[in-house]
Amino acid sequence: MTHAEHGARAGRGGRGRRRRGEQAMVPEARFTSYYGLPVLNPPVWKPLDIAGYLFLGGLAGGSSLLAAGAHATGRRELARTAKVGALGAISLSLAALVHDLGRPARFLNMLRVAKPTSPMSMGSWLLFGYGPLAGAAAVTEMTGRFRRLGALATAGAAVLGPAVATYTAVLVCDTAVPSWHEGYRQMPFLFAGSGAAAAAGLGLVFAPAEPARRAAVLGAAAELGMTRLMKRRMGLAAEPLEQGKAGRLMRVCEALTAAGAGLAALPGTVRSRVLSAAAGAALIAGSAALRFGVFHAGVASAQNPEYTVVPQRQRLNDREFPAARHG
Amino acid sequence: MSFAPHLVFGGRLAGDPDAMTETGERPRVGFFTDTSVCIGCKACEVACKEWNAIPEDGLLLTGMSYDNTQGLGADTWRHVAFIEQRKPVDVFQAAGQADAGSKLVDGAGPELRWLMASDVCKHCTHAACLDVCPTGSLFRTEFGTVVVQEDICNGCGYCIPACPYGVIDQRKGDGRAWKCTMCYDRLGAGMEPACAKACPTDSIQFGPLDELRERAEIRVRALHDAGQPEARLYGHDPGDGVGGVGAFFLLLDEPEVYGLPPDPVVTTRDLPSMWRHAAAAAVAMAAGVAACFLRTGRRPR
Repeated sequence: MTHAEHGARAGRGGRGRRRRGEQAMVPEARFTSYYGLPVLNPPVWKPLDIAGYLFLGGLAGGSSLLAAGAHATGRRELARTAKVGALGAISLSLAALVHDLGRPARFLNMLRVAKPTSPMSMGSWLLFGYGPLAGAAAVTEMTGRFRRLGALATAGAAVLGPAVATYTAVLVCDTAVPSWHEGYRQMPFLFAGSGAAAAAGLGLVFAPAEPARRAAVLGAAAELGMTRLMKRRMGLAAEPLEQGKAGRLMRVCEALTAAGAGLAALPGTVRSRVLSAAAGAALIAGSAALRFGVFHAGVASAQNPEYTVVPQRQRLNDREFPAARHG
Repeated sequence: MSFAPHLVFGGRLAGDPDAMTETGERPRVGFFTDTSVCIGCKACEVACKEWNAIPEDGLLLTGMSYDNTQGLGADTWRHVAFIEQRKPVDVFQAAGQADAGSKLVDGAGPELRWLMASDVCKHCTHAACLDVCPTGSLFRTEFGTVVVQEDICNGCGYCIPACPYGVIDQRKGDGRAWKCTMCYDRLGAGMEPACAKACPTDSIQFGPLDELRERAEIRVRALHDAGQPEARLYGHDPGDGVGGVGAFFLLLDEPEVYGLPPDPVVTTRDLPSMWRHAAAAAVAMAAGVAACFLRTGRRPR
């Protein structure tokens, strides 16, 4: 019988907060765990439901913004695509969220209270407001009836849409899961960029137009840039984003998003349905890969005690020997 | 030694004005788990399962130690950790019996020691599970404990990754989240929780938290005096990342050795900042997409 597992993180000098040239006063954190078992209970959320929802929520929110812009500037085709896209995405989202519940029949309990300390409670109320607006915007657009009401609903959905796209970052970050929590400063921006890129991608596939092309490039740039920034800032918790299934998904996201943005950046893309569709599809798939990558990285970080113990032990050491941190 | 009624609430809880503080509130109750006297008998695990009618969740041999339970979860509300260490520890001196054991220890290598600890829900002052619960199913009781209302829980699972200790989990085939209630039903009837009642060595002590904290300070000082400098309290400090816990411990090694997080922080401490970042991101997103429509002209059609 061996006793509790020991692991050492050798050669980690360049990581974390320690800067070059500093002399470590405390030895690099060796980590101990209870037989290598996780400290946390990993999330029980189903990947397809919840990572899928993170993606669809971003797609819906971004589409509502695009829809309002297209509506205001008279781009009927883009407006129609974006409004129907938003309704479709949010409907699928709701189905995924209810399906993921341990007791789906009790989904209305989500509206039993309104709790600012619970991002899921706030999100439920947000969807409760956003869903009907997205629905009204799409239905009035398709039927051509109640135009004024449709315009109001379009504007309302555009106000709530960005919140739908970014609150999901708070939803996952407000947990003890290291690879989610440690990214809370960048994750909302990452999700905003990803949602905009996906929505622009949908526009490029079905209704290529100049604003969609621009939004595609802008969104993809934010998505890629913010991912890099987040990984640099989150220390050890960035590791699960680079390894295993999550690492593969993140690399797929990077490749697809960069390819989609590159294609969209070509001035002639909007005039070619084929090029537009290829760019759009790559951006949509890249956005989905990002959400699944972030999701799986979080689960992996919760399953490994190292990501929980090492940063906490480091924090304790820094508190006990502040000299070591400031050199 | 079983519990003297005057140390715990005994029969004083239910309706007895003596159980109230001067401000007319019930004092917060909790557990003090003194692992230095735990013998790993798992009577707490059994009593908990029996009293709370927790379903069987697999009988397996882990092969890693005498611990075949592994950790807390939906169907395990008390978990006895078992750690085998080779450390230069004089166990007899540690027990305050240096004379009796010195012959046995002399000349021997590092002494083998067993650490045993009964883990449980911490009933945090700042409880992340309670904070993030979207239905209000998790609530704080009149005893200062944190309990799931199973008739409300819709199994959203948010509390599970929110808990920094890995306590609460989803019960398979049931879908809802379950964890220690500190025997809410027994507390209401003026009784101590089943695990504390069953503990044969008083490793698990139940009572008003203030009283338990005082008792723990005395115990840790006694252990230091007896040559056990590694004895330390865990979770007793109201200034820690979760505001102190309602079930704290006396440990004989670092918390992570027992599978406990060394410096847990309630995730919702950063929530205001998270909301600010999300709001800024939402505004940036709206502005960014709006900018994409600038000077592209209007197409009336």
